[in-house]
Formats: sequence, C-alpha cells, structure tokens
Amino acid sequence: MSTITVTEIKAHAPWWLRLPVISHLRMSSGLQRGMLIAGLVLSLLLVFTALLAPVIAPFDFAQNRDASGAFPRQSAPDDKFIWGTTVSGYDVFSRTLYGAQTAVWVIIAAVVMSIFLGVFLGLVSGYLGGWFDRVMVVLNDAIYAFPSLLLAIVMSIVISQGQSSLFGGIMAAAVSITVVFIPQYYRVVRAEVIRLKAEPFVESAQVIGASSWRVMGTHLLRNATRTLPLIFTLNASEALLTLAGLGFLGFGIEPTAASEWGFDLNRAMSDATGGIWWTGLFPGLAIVLTVLGLTLVGESMNDLNDPRLRRISRKKAKRMIQKGAAA
Amino acid sequence: MSHTHSEPNQVLSVQDLSIDFVTDSGPVPAVRGVDFSVQPGEILAIVGESGSGKSVTARTALGIMAENGAARGAVYLKGQDMLHASGAQLRRARGRDVSMVFQEPSTALNPVYTVGWQIMEGIRAHNKIGRRQAKARAVEAMRQVGIPDPERRVDYYPHQFSGGQKQRVVIAAALALRPSLIVADEPTTALDVTVQAEILQLLRQVREELGTAIVIITHNMGVVADIADRVIVMNQGLVIEQAKALDLFENPQQDYTRSLLEAVPHLGRSSASKDLESRAHAEKPVLVEARDLSVHYPGRLGAPGFTAVNGVSLEIHAGEVYGLVGESGSGKTTIGRTIAGLNRMTGGSLRVLDYEMADFRERSFKPLREQIGFVFQDPAASFNPQLTIGQCVAEPLNVHRSLGPRETRARVGGLLESVQLPAGYAERYPHELSGGQRQRASLARALALEPKLLIADEPTSALDVSVQAKVLELFLELQQQLGFAALFISHDLAVVDMLASWVGVLLRGELVEEGLGSRVLSAPQHPYTQRLIASLPVPDPREQAKRRALIEQLNLAQ
Repeated sequence: MSTITVTEIKAHAPWWLRLPVISHLRMSSGLQRGMLIAGLVLSLLLVFTALLAPVIAPFDFAQNRDASGAFPRQSAPDDKFIWGTTVSGYDVFSRTLYGAQTAVWVIIAAVVMSIFLGVFLGLVSGYLGGWFDRVMVVLNDAIYAFPSLLLAIVMSIVISQGQSSLFGGIMAAAVSITVVFIPQYYRVVRAEVIRLKAEPFVESAQVIGASSWRVMGTHLLRNATRTLPLIFTLNASEALLTLAGLGFLGFGIEPTAASEWGFDLNRAMSDATGGIWWTGLFPGLAIVLTVLGLTLVGESMNDLNDPRLRRISRKKAKRMIQKGAAA
Repeated sequence: MSHTHSEPNQVLSVQDLSIDFVTDSGPVPAVRGVDFSVQPGEILAIVGESGSGKSVTARTALGIMAENGAARGAVYLKGQDMLHASGAQLRRARGRDVSMVFQEPSTALNPVYTVGWQIMEGIRAHNKIGRRQAKARAVEAMRQVGIPDPERRVDYYPHQFSGGQKQRVVIAAALALRPSLIVADEPTTALDVTVQAEILQLLRQVREELGTAIVIITHNMGVVADIADRVIVMNQGLVIEQAKALDLFENPQQDYTRSLLEAVPHLGRSSASKDLESRAHAEKPVLVEARDLSVHYPGRLGAPGFTAVNGVSLEIHAGEVYGLVGESGSGKTTIGRTIAGLNRMTGGSLRVLDYEMADFRERSFKPLREQIGFVFQDPAASFNPQLTIGQCVAEPLNVHRSLGPRETRARVGGLLESVQLPAGYAERYPHELSGGQRQRASLARALALEPKLLIADEPTSALDVSVQAKVLELFLELQQQLGFAALFISHDLAVVDMLASWVGVLLRGELVEEGLGSRVLSAPQHPYTQRLIASLPVPDPREQAKRRALIEQLNLAQ
C-alpha cells in the first residue's frame, strides 16, 4: 500500500529533517508557511546581528568620541551617524546592533536556566506526587500570582544590589526572568507527566519492575517535553520584553556595560516630545521585530503541531493528489 | 459522467462514490466506487474492519465530510444531492430528513445541558415553536425510546443516566423530527452486551413503529445477524459483497466474507474445556489465592467511595488459564491490576506467588515482578512511542537481567520470532506496526522473563475479528508450549470460552458464578450469567431470532 511506504519514508528521514523547526517548515503550506518563514527570517536576523555586531557597527556601543573629538549630541541622521546620536552622544545604529547581543544572551541564559529547573521539578513532582508535589504547586502558584515584572525588579535588586556590570546585569536580568518562567515549564511538564502516568506504557514499565528514575528518564522525559520548543520560542519573546521592561524602568544594564534596547527607550522618552524621533524609533523597532519574529515562529509551530489547526493549502492538496495519481 | 436521479421511493441512493483524504504523507484513498441504496423502513448494515471506509461512506448521507476529504460520485438523500448541497440546505436536511446516532453516548451529549434541552435543540432549529411545546415533544420522544418517567427526567443532566439510557436519549434526539433515515455509527460498540441487546431491540421497534430506514455501521457480525435486513461488506474502501442478511450468513459468495465469518469466535465451538470433567490443574500448586478480596476506592471529600471488588475468593493454579468475565464496572480489571501490584487492595487476603498483597511494599514485591507478565488492552498505548519495538521488548531484560547488548539483541530477536514477528521488526517504532502486530510484540514483552503468571487484560478487544483470531491462536499455542498460568480478563464470553478452562463471572464486584468453562457457559446457574449469555449476539440470523425470544422470556421472568 502506498500509505505504508510513505509513513516509512517519513519515519526514516535523516535526523536533521526531523528537528523541530525544520520538520515544521516541511509540513507547512500557504499562509502558515508564510508566517513561519517570516518569523524565521526575523529570528535569524536577530542572531546574525548579534554575531556580526562588532563587524557591522561603525562604533562601539559606549563610544561617544573618536579621534576627531566628541560626537554631537542628539544629532539627526546623517552620513556619519546614519540613525543619529543619543542624548549622551552614542551612535544609535551601533547601539541598536549591539543591543541584539544583550538580547540573545539574556534569552539564552534565562530560557536555559528555567528549562532545566522547570522540567526537572515538573517531572519529579508530577510522577512522585505526594507532599513534594503539593508544596511545589503552591509555591509555583504563588510565583504565578505575582506580577512578573515586579518580581523581576525585586530579583534584580537582590542579585545585583544596584551594581550592573555586563555579566552581572545580564545574569540579574536572566535570573529574574528564570524565576518567573520556571512555573511555566513546571506546569506544562507536570500536567503532561500526570497525563502520561496513567498511560499503559508507563504502567507496563511499572509492572516490569522498573525503578522510578528509570520510568522518569526513559519513558516520561522524552514524551513529556514535546511541547517545549513551542514554549521556548514564546518565552524567548517574553524574556526579551521583560528585559526591555527592566531596562525601561532603570533596573537594567548600565549603558557603559552593554547596549540595551529598553534602557535606550527610557532615555529617548524626553526626546520624543522635542521632535527627536530617531533615538526612540530604532531600539523600539528592534524590540517589536524581535518579539514579532519569535512569536511568529512559536505560534506557527503551535498550529503545525496540531493536525486540526494545520491547514493544507489548496495548491498543495492539488499537487499531492496529482502526485498520488501519477504514482 | 452523468448520474441518474434516485428513484422516488428510495430514501438514500449512493452512486459510484469515491473519497480521498489528503494527509501529510499524500492522498489516501478511503472509498472506491461504492454503490448502494436504502429503501424506506429498511435496516441496512455496513460491516467491515477498521479502515474499510464504512463510516466515511455512511456519513456522506448527512453531508458530513472531514475537511481534508474530497468526494466524487453522487449521494442522493430523498432526491437531494448531499455532496454538493450548500450549508443551509444541509442544515435543513439534517435532523428533518436524516439524523445520526454516534458510537459513544457519553461524549455525544453535552454534559452542561439537560438532556431535554439537547433534544429540543434539534426540534427548535427546524420549527418555530415555543419552549413549552418543544419540551412536550422532547418528553414524547423520550417516552418513545422507553425512558421511564420522562416528564421528570427531561430535566436531568447526561451524567444522571446510565450508558444505555444515554444512548436511548441520543436515539430520542435523532428521532425527534421523525427523519426518514437514521445513520447509526457503531451504536452499541461502547455498551455492554446486555445493554446492546436492549438498544438493538429499540432500533428494531423504531423501524416497525415509525417506518424509519436505518443504516447501521458495525464491525460485529452478531449485531448484523440480529438486526439487519440487508448487508454490505466493505474492505479497503471497496464493496465486497451486498446481500440479504440470511443469504449472506448462510451462503457467503466472497472469500473475504467467508473468512470474516469464520474469524468470529463462537460460544461452544472449540471450547478450551471441551473434554474436561473437572478442574484440570486442581492438583498443581496455587499461584494466586484470593480470600474475600475487596478493593475500595475512596470518594472525594464528602462523597461516598466506590467498592470495585467485594469479597471475591478465587484460586489460580500453575499452568491454568483462568477466564474472568464481566461487564464494564464489574471489577474484573481491578482484580487483574491488584494481582500485578498496580492497585492496592483494601480488605481480605490476596496471596500472589506466596506474597501477601495486604502488606504490599514495592521494594519487597519487586523481585517477584519478573515472574508476572502483563498484557494491556490497547496495544497502541502500551508501548512508549519514542522507543523501538526492540527496546520495548528488552525493557524487562534490562531491568531484571544484566545481559550484554549483543545477548539482549539475540534474546529480543528470539522472542519476536516466538510471537511470529520477523526479528527485523525490532528496529521499527510502535506506530509502524499494525494493531495485531503490536499486540503480539506486547505478548513477547510480557513473556520475556518466562513468567509463571500472565495477566491479560482484554488483550484482543481493541482488535478486528480476523486479527483477534490470529492473536488468540498464538496465545493458546504459547500457553501450551510454555505452560504459564494466565488470568484472562474479557467481556467477550466466546473469547474466554476459547482460551480458559476455568471461568469466573463477575457482577458488580462480586463473583456470582465459577466453574468449568463449558459448564458455566452452556448451563449457567445464576440468572445474571443466563442473561449475559442470552444477550451475546451470534453471527447467525436464525439462531439469533431464537435467542431474542429467550431474552424476552428472561426479561419477563424478572
């Protein structure tokens, strides 16, 4: 039967075609594919900007003078400063590019830390249950109930005590975001583990006599973490927003330690009323595009993961039927 | 191509219908060139195994088509083309001309509305009538399907009804507007046999009183024999045979139909305890001994608990197949799970391999686990989808024996071969195997450590009959070869009779009858067992008519 051979091919596709984002791209079509590609392009743009910032940027992010003297303050875009300069005389273009580096660092640090802790806690608490589970649920609910930005502010004060070097600032932001995000991973993994716990394949491991760690490690972990790439992308955009929010409120990273879009926006607030649009526009756009890109990737993956939300465009359906008829 | 419009006296006419589904892996043909028609007041059964296209075919009568489906051909319902009808035309026809009864009554009803509201919904969608009038018609519809005290129960919520009564409500909603055709998609599959007999009786009565034509989709040959006037046998999207019910059962024309009929297990034919006079293994050591075993599930705060097993005493001897029969909720699965240490018992005594389960500790029971194998009901769910079949079968070996990878692989290959699967299947993932193959792999896993006791919880109820026959045959063969004792749990009396020499019948947590399989099933003593056996539809219309009379007698006697 043709159906059998097709599924066989699909299951034995090379491993790199079965990676999360790539497999999603392959099964998408129409508008959904457009959204996914737009999101991927924006996200890749962020990564490449972060990697190549030192090469592309004409100046350093904390540079307000060069051999020819101090930079002009709040000067409009011209040949030398293509996106103008800020109130402190920094080049807006360079700062926006370097801001991508900070964003990527914070996203990676925050999401990686929260993913490991959240998944581990969710797995153990969901499978073993009992008092540990109850305590963890209450604790996580408490964190959930807290306004996340307020919590992030408190954490950043606790961690960095007002000082903000590059590392300290990034870690302060990352840790504060981590604390806010752990409950999300915890919740998702715990709910999934509780559902899977009643599945016959977990019970069949139990009747064989497998230990709890073996059940969690071999049977639950890989089945419970399927939705994580999705939360990962959505949280990445939220992490960036929290970072920008912290920076905007003045709890972020000092301008001399690293470039940070939220902080620049904060500085640009007074400029806006004076008709100086370039100091706020570009960091703002950077935030919007990055969040948009990450969210588009996340949402498209969400839709594509669910066969009921997945659309097959008419063109693709036609092509498939023709191919099937020819074969 | 041109299609003739249906003759006026046909309710449904399906002409050269083909359906394709577009999936990720390409278009899949589901139905190929199907032709049939339904006369007024006729009961047509469409039988076939899973994936034969019987459901999608019948659903086109209501214009229901999955979003990724594409149909060609023609389907005329009372002269109206249902494949090309607009949304408004379909809405007008549904409920008034044709309606549907679904498989699972508990999911077909919305739990947050009263059943009366749900019956009225269809009435009010088609008629501009007041609430009170609509309710009166809903009460009338409920009375018609035999729900006692409909004036009061019209305001009940679905959870206040039993499964069989819920299905009656679904049928009442389908009948409310007196459609000329009802499509019933496996209407009794989710129900117990005694309830199934009642629902089939109701459908027959509906046809006689209202002259409604019924298209019943089923995989159960017994149901077909019980109710159908005419039968269509489908396989892989094609109509294999179309005949009057009597002709089909007595004189099947096609090989496929014949093999399908042969695969249906018959009560009394090839019974495991055919030539036995007494319990064959009575002398052998006792592996499982239950004395007044009870399992009680505590209720939620304030609510009373539920006693799943109540004072059951039974013994399983070495080398014996013990068949445990009962309807849903009778506690048969709970007993099996308690013996395997998946549930905790709450009263009495249960000794499993000389281990008292009342003092159960996972740590002290673990060494005994390798002597107990377990086969689960749903072969699709009992394998970890992320591991290959080989890794799954090797699980028990990895946990209890420390063999090298090469030796493990050799053992897995041998195990797969013993259940008649090629050793190469070890590299495949569970979803790449068919249901029957998966269940055989599941058997291989349960037997990996050569257990003394195997617990099989409805191992074949999720399988098609032809596949079921092969799996049962294999089970018998392995049991005779390896000589393990087995607790075989099933709701299907015919299957239990084939495998088990000693049979116990459970009713609401109590063991009401126990004895030699052939004796319990041919001369049942307890009235419940009698009813259970009389309700089991047999794939023979003449024999089935006799049984129907017997059920009515039993019902009268009650």
